[in-house]
Amino acid sequence: MLLFSGGKDSLVLLRLAEKAFWPCPMPFPVMHVDTGHNFPEVLEFRDRRVADLGVELVVASVQASIDAGRVRGPQGRDPSRNRLQTVTLLDAIAERSFDAVFGGARRDEEKARAKERVFSFRDEFGQWDPKNQRPELWSLYNGRHHRGQHIRVFPLSNWTEMDVWAYIAHEQLEVPSIYLAHRRRVFRRDGMLLSEGPYIAPDEGEEVFEASVRFRTVGDMTCTGAIESVAASLEEVIAEVAAARVGERGATRADDRVSETAMEDRKREGYF
Amino acid sequence: MELLRFTTAGSVDDGKSTLIGRLLYETKSIFEDQLEAVDRASRSRRYEQVNLALLMDGLRAEREQGITIDVAYRYFATPKRKFIIADTPGHIQYTRNMVTGASTANLALVLVDARNGVVEQSRRHAVLSSLLHVPHFVLCVNKMDLVGYDQDRFEEIQEEFQSFAARLEVEDLTAIPISALYGDNVVTRSPNMAWYEGPSLLHHLENLYIASDRNLIDPRFPVQYVLRPHSAAFHDYRGYAGQVSSGSFRPGQEVLVLPSGLTTSIEAIETADGPVDEAFPPMSVTMRLADDLDISRGDMICRPHNRPAVSQDVDAMVAWLSEMPMQLGGRYVVKHTTRSARSLVQELYYRLDVNTLHRDLDATVLGLNEIGRVRLRVMVPLFYDGYRRNRTTGGFVLIDEATNNTVGAGMILEKVH
Repeated sequence: MLLFSGGKDSLVLLRLAEKAFWPCPMPFPVMHVDTGHNFPEVLEFRDRRVADLGVELVVASVQASIDAGRVRGPQGRDPSRNRLQTVTLLDAIAERSFDAVFGGARRDEEKARAKERVFSFRDEFGQWDPKNQRPELWSLYNGRHHRGQHIRVFPLSNWTEMDVWAYIAHEQLEVPSIYLAHRRRVFRRDGMLLSEGPYIAPDEGEEVFEASVRFRTVGDMTCTGAIESVAASLEEVIAEVAAARVGERGATRADDRVSETAMEDRKREGYF
Repeated sequence: MELLRFTTAGSVDDGKSTLIGRLLYETKSIFEDQLEAVDRASRSRRYEQVNLALLMDGLRAEREQGITIDVAYRYFATPKRKFIIADTPGHIQYTRNMVTGASTANLALVLVDARNGVVEQSRRHAVLSSLLHVPHFVLCVNKMDLVGYDQDRFEEIQEEFQSFAARLEVEDLTAIPISALYGDNVVTRSPNMAWYEGPSLLHHLENLYIASDRNLIDPRFPVQYVLRPHSAAFHDYRGYAGQVSSGSFRPGQEVLVLPSGLTTSIEAIETADGPVDEAFPPMSVTMRLADDLDISRGDMICRPHNRPAVSQDVDAMVAWLSEMPMQLGGRYVVKHTTRSARSLVQELYYRLDVNTLHRDLDATVLGLNEIGRVRLRVMVPLFYDGYRRNRTTGGFVLIDEATNNTVGAGMILEKVH
């Protein structure tokens, strides 16, 4: 199964899978873990792209996990369902007995991901054990596992953010509209611009204003920040990425800011 | 853009992190938020200065213990080339990480402290890089500022390393005197060492000729997947998908398929973007052949007059990567190109001491991080070339069937007669 969120990395991954199996259809479904807090523009793009390809889309719903009592909704001021996705994802993998899950994660994104294998073994609990990873030499990948275990596969491991954009431009791939500059009502929190919307509202004293923005990463509306930008075409986005002095996750992801090892901690539990 | 992959190995003290930090910083590859995070972490650990090693050490245990445990990959680019650094710990207990990093590297950057000269760790890095047949070596004599930028000292170390490297199979070696801390000869030539007439390190990395690192002579195409769409548009289509390991293929050429030994010709070489008139590494393509032969994953397409060795017996240097030692008579799954098969360790000729190059002929097991010459008996024939000639068709990994762990890495020696 291939994880497809509609984000730039996963749309590149989907394209590579499409090409690898041509002229056959890709022999596995795509899956989206839907937090219920996604950008509507991205969901629309997801459905259209999947329909064009004629592949099966499995939507694993975090809301369904909450309704079924598998997880509790987030409490307090932070409404992010980011961490809850892990339970939904692992349930979906177990339900369909998937042996392998393709993901678009890259090593240059984050320091814990820099340690990730291309073929990453997960035990019966979906756990990642960073200190006990299989050595990976040449391009001889070891995908062997017992029943109930699975492998996460990251074909874009050695791509950088710039490589992803260059490929999108080279292939002239369509991207969700929120990656390009547009006018949006936003408010500032912890140095990030968050989108005003149904799932997250400004606190008292957080002023809402309209600005020309775009998103560098696509995640939950509740934890993904926009950057001020006027880059409205792929070429302009590439020029902006080349000149960026702040990393894509550092700039725009509240979920990585919880602690110095927030990503490692989530990955150990089975996060993407 | 061309990609150059290189390895570094060593401890915090020899200035490795400072050197990598400087390369990243000078090529504007460190983001401000990353620098700020490292700065915060350095202060919370009460370091006297910003410790760039924290940039590399991503895992909780590494940051707590101040050591690199695993291979860390770093990415940077200049207008000329893209680079991937595989940064590995230098201590002997992490030999397997060094071997992993070296397996895909074009270049090994061996770092030496000008005050201490060539030490055990630098020798080990060189031995392992040579064993994994890394094609290019750079000896960086660091901390030249601490020896007064002395030409004699540099040349002394260079000669010492060269005489050691002469015992290895090192084909291309360049020595550069640097100071990572002050940036001498890292990105630009240093005015402090006018006697040095070679390039700066970055200039060397950018301009080194690496196109011939891949074998472009021996045509090898291990079949990865058979494509049969059964659709109206592609009714009788049968294509063999895979990545070209070495050499090149063109439509119309006569080819030989292993293990059957049957010959046919290439009808077309296709990709999702249309047909191509030549396929060479690292291209992934689909081949259509003139005749319908019985071909499946693990088979190999080559040329009638240039074929790999075909044998169930292979001699190889094996690096052992597992805490469970390799036993004489032990059974492991060998994964080689797109083929996997059970194998048996039939002989252990000797164990190699990577520090002294001494061969222990009495060894009966290979422990974690040990290297030895081994003969394997494989259940089915492998189609292989000597590793020194062809890294793709000469390398394999061994997998323990009980745990599914990757436990060994092998470099096949010339054909067994």
